[in-house]
Amino acid sequence: MISSRRNQIIAQVFLFAMAVLWMLPILGMIISSFRPYAETSTDPNGFFSWPDTLTLDNFRNAWARGNMPRHWFVTFLVVIPAVILVLFFSSMVAFAVSRYSWKFNIALLMLFTAGNLLPPQSIIQPLFQIYNRIPIPEFAPYSNSGELRGSLIGLILIHVAFQSGFCTFVLSNYMKTLPKELNEAAMVDGASLWRQYWQIVMPLTRPALGALATLEFAWIYNDYFWAVVLVQKGNDLPITSSLRNLSGEFFTDDNLVAAGSLIVVIPTILIYLALRRQFISGLSVGASKG
Amino acid sequence: MVGVPTFLHVSLIWVPAICTFLLSFTNWNGFRFDNMEFVGLRNYKQLFTVFEKDLYEALLNNAWVLIFLFVVATPLGILVAYILDKNLRGTAVYQSVFYFPVVLSLAVVGFIWKSVIYSPRQGVLNVLLNRTEEGNQISWLGDSDQVITLVSDYGLSKNFLAIIAPMIWRHVGYIMVLYLAGLKAVDPSLREAAAIDGSNEWQSFKNVVFPSLKPVNIVILVITVIEALRVFDIIDVLNNPIGTDVLSILVTESILGESSNVGRGSAYGVMLLMLCFGFVVWYLRSTFREDDA
Repeated sequence: MISSRRNQIIAQVFLFAMAVLWMLPILGMIISSFRPYAETSTDPNGFFSWPDTLTLDNFRNAWARGNMPRHWFVTFLVVIPAVILVLFFSSMVAFAVSRYSWKFNIALLMLFTAGNLLPPQSIIQPLFQIYNRIPIPEFAPYSNSGELRGSLIGLILIHVAFQSGFCTFVLSNYMKTLPKELNEAAMVDGASLWRQYWQIVMPLTRPALGALATLEFAWIYNDYFWAVVLVQKGNDLPITSSLRNLSGEFFTDDNLVAAGSLIVVIPTILIYLALRRQFISGLSVGASKG
Repeated sequence: MVGVPTFLHVSLIWVPAICTFLLSFTNWNGFRFDNMEFVGLRNYKQLFTVFEKDLYEALLNNAWVLIFLFVVATPLGILVAYILDKNLRGTAVYQSVFYFPVVLSLAVVGFIWKSVIYSPRQGVLNVLLNRTEEGNQISWLGDSDQVITLVSDYGLSKNFLAIIAPMIWRHVGYIMVLYLAGLKAVDPSLREAAAIDGSNEWQSFKNVVFPSLKPVNIVILVITVIEALRVFDIIDVLNNPIGTDVLSILVTESILGESSNVGRGSAYGVMLLMLCFGFVVWYLRSTFREDDA
């Protein structure tokens, strides 16, 4: 309870000042991406100066020089199947673990939860060697190297394996809150295990699945590490990790960097604005116990 | 139903985790299996002698990240959550503003801060300090001089502090969201009781609200530790300037760089595993304790 009026004003001022500070990098990125570098870099006030010209040149350059259409294409080839598979796999495990009691339930759930908490870099040395040695068929798309390493399939698989830890944990917590009688009734009616999962439990889990889909989309879209190490080849990198190629080339022109960053960030901004509540509930579901 | 997902998870996460341990006792270069020799603790001995400087710098930098996220970002996030929980005017807007950085990848965050805040010729900092002319500029990401010196060569370099700042920027919103969810669940009668007993705002937070949020506090602690151990993207995307090594960079160096030393890389990996291990176990215990029954 904020008791006095004075405290309330202090709180408001504090929040406002902090919000301005927090917006600064984003606003700065937007403003400078529309201005020519020749103009902002010669003015002592940088991009705070009053603009003479506004231009889309930075976006055009970033788009072309960063080979972005290609990276976008690859991004969606990875993110969409990965999100779908993660949710499919983890909901099955969560269903088994939360709806039926058998001996290894807790152990299995702990295995998944702990797996997601490991720093990815701590397993990368052996994983890289494993990826180097697993052949994949030549007809598989985007697999020029012939091995899991460098292929988009390999990238999708590691996302699914790693993220299924978190999703299994969240989904099993959610499914535990559904009444047990549902399954019992279904069993009496002779519904198969698959039907119980797909037609009874899954529809009821939709809110959690929605929140997780949003969160996982953002996380997999934002991945940098897995792609940089396991794909490496410049052209096949999804957009976030392709920033690595740009870092050398772009660094002479800050407004170009800003425009490039803005292009990469736009899908996240759009999804965030549309589904803010999903994001937040996804995170808090994960944090609290069901 | 459980088989395929579990197989995938175990073979791509847990098998490599165990292999990291095993490989750290070998001198393997990653090419053919017949060059692999068991060398005992040699890799570890080298880490603490030949590569001593790299290792200590990295460990220290990981520790700095943890300290700053803990001492600056976490209290700020809790404070913001606490204020926003009062439903002041504009709560929803503030929440969106603070949460927004959390949905960005740290790699992009690095790019944004590099161009907007740290740019020597036109960045916010140099403009405010009036240091934008050629020759007079401050290079925020290029200066590896120490801000804080602990022992001769070891301390906190200026450019690493510049890399920590955007991490704080991003972490505050994360903590805020987690805490807000927790605060909503606190029984209001607890606070009323505290107020009736005459405790002031700080006392009631410290003695009533904070202890009742123990599960959230544990989550925050674990997330912050793991975040500090995982940090990689932002350093790599900024080309890993001198003075900014962390453990995850050292592990990956031999894959992305020229040399290929699986043994040593794995030894660094084992250090990462050991550092997070205790927290993971603690988190699991606190999360699954009730379920055991």
